[in-house]
Amino acid sequence: MEIFSKVHGHNLVKWAADKKEVIVLSADLTSSCEADLFRDAYPDRFFSLGIAEQNMLSWAAGMAGEGFVPYIHTFAVFIYRRAYDQVAMSAAYSNIPVKMIGFLPGVTTPGGASHQAIEDISLMRSLPNMTVLETGDATDVETVLDAAHKINGPVYIRMLRGEIPRLFKDPLVFNRSRVLSNGTDITLLTSGICTEEAMRATKLMKEKGVSVCHHHISTLKPFTDPQVENAISQAKFGVITMENHSVIGGLGTCVAEIIASKGLNKKLVKLGIQDRFLHGASRRYLMKEHGIDAVTLIKTVEKIIGKELNISESELGTVRIEAVHSESKAEAL
Amino acid sequence: MNIQRIQHVADNIRKRVLTHVISQNGGYMSQACSSAETFSALYLHIMSMPELDTPLKPGLFQGVPSADNMSYKTGAEYNGGHVEGFDRFYLSPAHYALVVYALLIETGRMTADGLDYFNRDGYSVEMIGAEHSPGMEVTAGSLGQCISRAAGSALARKMKNDNGNNFVYLSDGEFQIGQTWEAIQAASHYKLDNLIIFADMNGQQCDGPVGNVMEMGSVADRLRSFGAEVVTVDGHDIEALCKSVETPHENKVLAVLCKTDPCRGLEILRRNAPKLHYLRFKSDSEKAEYTQILNELGGK
Repeated sequence: MEIFSKVHGHNLVKWAADKKEVIVLSADLTSSCEADLFRDAYPDRFFSLGIAEQNMLSWAAGMAGEGFVPYIHTFAVFIYRRAYDQVAMSAAYSNIPVKMIGFLPGVTTPGGASHQAIEDISLMRSLPNMTVLETGDATDVETVLDAAHKINGPVYIRMLRGEIPRLFKDPLVFNRSRVLSNGTDITLLTSGICTEEAMRATKLMKEKGVSVCHHHISTLKPFTDPQVENAISQAKFGVITMENHSVIGGLGTCVAEIIASKGLNKKLVKLGIQDRFLHGASRRYLMKEHGIDAVTLIKTVEKIIGKELNISESELGTVRIEAVHSESKAEAL
Repeated sequence: MNIQRIQHVADNIRKRVLTHVISQNGGYMSQACSSAETFSALYLHIMSMPELDTPLKPGLFQGVPSADNMSYKTGAEYNGGHVEGFDRFYLSPAHYALVVYALLIETGRMTADGLDYFNRDGYSVEMIGAEHSPGMEVTAGSLGQCISRAAGSALARKMKNDNGNNFVYLSDGEFQIGQTWEAIQAASHYKLDNLIIFADMNGQQCDGPVGNVMEMGSVADRLRSFGAEVVTVDGHDIEALCKSVETPHENKVLAVLCKTDPCRGLEILRRNAPKLHYLRFKSDSEKAEYTQILNELGGK
C-alpha cells in the first residue's frame, strides 16, 4: 500500500486550473487544510475571511449567488458546529452551490473534543438540500471534487489530509459503494478511514473461511444505492457498519434506516463512537479505545457467526493491503 | 430629488401598514413608523433599480428551493431583478416585510391587492419574508446573516466588474450580533465601497429599549473602528437621507445610521412604550381608537 502526502492540496491546484468559477475561502487554517498551494497558485481566487466562520458561510452563499463556486476550507467542527445556522439558512435553504470541505474527522486528530468532528454527518445529513460525501483514501480525495462539483447545490465533504494511503484505483462514483469483496456470511459496510482498518481484518477473516461482503461507502446522503441494499439482503448472519463517527446519525443509522424501511430483517451491529466525546490522543489509541479497529471488528464477527477465528493482533500488524479496482476487479484482494 | 413625492409615499406606507394592522388585529407597526421615509428615499431616489413595466402580482407559493425547484420567482424580481450596473436591496430584519410590501405597492412594483395575500396560507407574501417573498433578495429571518451575503455578493460583483451597489437595511438590534461585526470587518478588509448599510436606529428591539436589552454605546464609533465610513442622519429628514450617500467613502463601506422615532406619525403608539416591537390591540375600544386615527389620516 502506497502512502501519499498532501493529496488534496496538490490535487486542488491541478483540478481547479481550468475552473475559473472555483474560489477558495479560508478561516485562518489555510495550510492546515492544504489550501496554501491553491492560495499561492491562484491568489485572485483565494479569500481569507479570518477566524469568523459564521460570516464565511453566509459570505460564500453571497458569492455563490453571483455564479462563483466557493470551496470552504476549514476544520469540520467549525463548519457544522460554529456555523450551523449559516449553513442551514444561507447555503442549504437556497440550495446554492456552496461546497464545504471539512477536515479532521473523528479520531484523525489528537486535537481533542474541540477539533474532532464526531457528529458532522448526522447534522449535515438532516439538512434539506444537503449532499454528504466522505473520503477514505487518496483516490477518494482526488476524485471527490468532481462528484461534488457536478451537484448543483450545497455539498459537505468529510476530507482527509496529510499522509493518506491509496486503497482504490477507480474514481469515486456519486451514490455508489465500492465493492471490496463479495461474500454471504457477513455484510460489512465501512466509511472513511475505517475502510483501510477493516481491510486488514477482512483479509485474515477470509483466510479463516468467513465469507465477507465488504463495501466502502463514500456517499452518506443520499443513501439510496441499490448495490448496498442488495449487499445487506444477502448477509446470512448479519450486517456490521464501521465508522469514524458517532453511531447516532451516521453510516450505521443510514443502514438501520434501509434495513427497517425495506423490511430486510437483518441483525445490525454499529461499530463507531458510542455516543460520547473523544479526547486528545493518537489515532491508533482512540480507534482502539472506541472500538473502531480491526481487533474489535474481528471480535464482532466472531460473536455474530458464533465461532472463534483465532486471529492474533500480531497477525493483523503484518497484513499488507494493495490498492484495488473497486468495480472491475471486485475480488482483487 | 422630489422630497414631496418621497414624503407622500412614506405617509402612504404608514397608512397602508396601519390599515393592515387594524384588519389583522395586530402587526409590526412601529417598524413602519420608524422606517417609512428611509425606505421611500431608498427606492425613489437613492438606489438605482431597474424599472418594472407593470406592478407584479404575488402568486401562489411555488415551494421551497430544492434540486427540483430552482426556477421559482424570487422576491428580487420586484426590485427589477439582477441587472449589471444596477443596485440591489437586501432587507435583513425580515419582520419589516409588511413595510416593504406596502413600499412596493406605493412605488408601483407590486399590485395593490398584494397585501390581501399577506400571511395567507399558500401564498408568498409571508409575515416574515423569505427569498420568495416580494422584495426579498435572501432568506434573512435569522438576523445577522443578510449583511454577510450582501457583502459576499458585493465582492463577487467587483470581481465581475459590475459597478452596481449592494444596499443592506439593518435594524439596530443587529449590531449586538457577532456576525454583523465579522461581516463589516471582512467588508472593510476587502474595501467593499459598493456595500452601503442603512440602519434603522429606532432604539427598539423585541424585549424593549435597545439600551436595556444590551447596551452598545456608540454604534457609530464601533463602525468607524471596524473601518466603515459613518454618517448619522435624522431618519425622517428626506433631504438628509438622500444626501447621506454622497458622503465620500472610497475603499470603505458606507454606513448610514438613521435616527428614527418608532412612533413617528402615530402618536397613540407611544402609549405602548417601551414595548413597541409588535402592536396587538388589547381591547375593541383601543382598536376603534386606531381606526378613528386612520380615518382622520385619510385611510388607505
